[in-house]
Amino acid sequence: MNRYLERIYNGVVRENPTFILMLGMCPTLAVSTAAINGLGMGVATTAVLILSNLIISALRKMIPDEVRLPAYIVIVATLVTITELLIKAYVPVLYEALGIYIPLIVVNCIILGRAEAYANKNSVGLAVFDGIGMGLGFTIALTVIGFLRELLGAGSVFGYRVLPESVEPIGIFIKAPGAFLVLALVIAVLNASHVKNRSDRMVNGCDGCCANCAKSASASGCGEEAAK
Amino acid sequence: MRSLIMIIVSCALINNVVLNQFLGICSFVGVSKQMKASASLGVAVIFVLTIASAVASLLYNFVLKPFDLDYMKTIVFILVIAALVQIVEMFLKKTSPSMYKALGIYLPLITTNCAVLGVALTNVQDEYNFIQSVFAGFGTAVGYTIAIVLLAGVRARLDESAIPKPFRGAPVVLLSAALMSIAFMGFGGLA
Repeated sequence: MNRYLERIYNGVVRENPTFILMLGMCPTLAVSTAAINGLGMGVATTAVLILSNLIISALRKMIPDEVRLPAYIVIVATLVTITELLIKAYVPVLYEALGIYIPLIVVNCIILGRAEAYANKNSVGLAVFDGIGMGLGFTIALTVIGFLRELLGAGSVFGYRVLPESVEPIGIFIKAPGAFLVLALVIAVLNASHVKNRSDRMVNGCDGCCANCAKSASASGCGEEAAK
Repeated sequence: MRSLIMIIVSCALINNVVLNQFLGICSFVGVSKQMKASASLGVAVIFVLTIASAVASLLYNFVLKPFDLDYMKTIVFILVIAALVQIVEMFLKKTSPSMYKALGIYLPLITTNCAVLGVALTNVQDEYNFIQSVFAGFGTAVGYTIAIVLLAGVRARLDESAIPKPFRGAPVVLLSAALMSIAFMGFGGLA
């Protein structure tokens, strides 16, 4: 398969950031109250991810290794601020719905994780396609979780009522506990169908270094730095 | 005074940072495997979050707002928080080695904890003054500590139970968090 298309397949299926790598759980849980919110958050994150991968890959030979994390954070924070202002100006409804979770894209593990694990080692073209793939995978995952929660909790899909009026929706699914419930059930379904995922690592081995989780088990990042 | 107590109650229980706002999920589910580590992380979060809220509030009210630099807040806050955690780490190492030994490994973890940035941004959104921000930061961190210590307790019990295979690991932890979240919804009546 073409190297570029392989990146997209990788992001959407093989290393889906939400269902397989289990990254960026805060926005996944917080904004998936409705399919449209999940989609909006996914698109915003994708835009930031593609551009941050592009810039970080283009500057990978210029940024000194010792200060790379602060440099990445500044790049990502700038992109997030631009995205926030654009959403505020053109899609105010989405801005209201996502609220504080838009600026919090800065601390989304997926973005810094991809910078560390992929963009700073690969060419600009590949890094951009990696961003597209990962962003698409994240968007699909968020929309699916949002779809499930909206259907169960409000009886509608993308704002249109689909369940008959006689069926009372289970309101808890669009409230906070519903997020944990749906994610737990999704992971249980993945486990039951033997899809290999990193959920165990999520609950047992978080060392707080998001870049580490985004990489394969053998590579190391922040941990190595701490040891020095 | 009453309103300050209300801020703490609201941040710690009613709008619990993890169970209601989903900030700091990574460390919440990742570290809660062990009770001792959870408690230490909780203390470190209380420490850092209170200081970070204070610094972010000062910076916002005396630099960003007067100079109309409101749109810079995300960049400024994340950099200041990262630098602050480094300074706290160095300060502890020098002045209190025993405390550094207990909390040290958790400090870098907190930099990437979205709760810290989340609280700084929420304080700005709610137009809190300096004192209110400090109380909000402290209250939020107490809420985080309560949640992670409770989950660690639940997980200690879960280890001894027979759980259906697909639910072992992450799903059962998330289900426990869901039940805790339902319980915490009850605090909504306090508001």
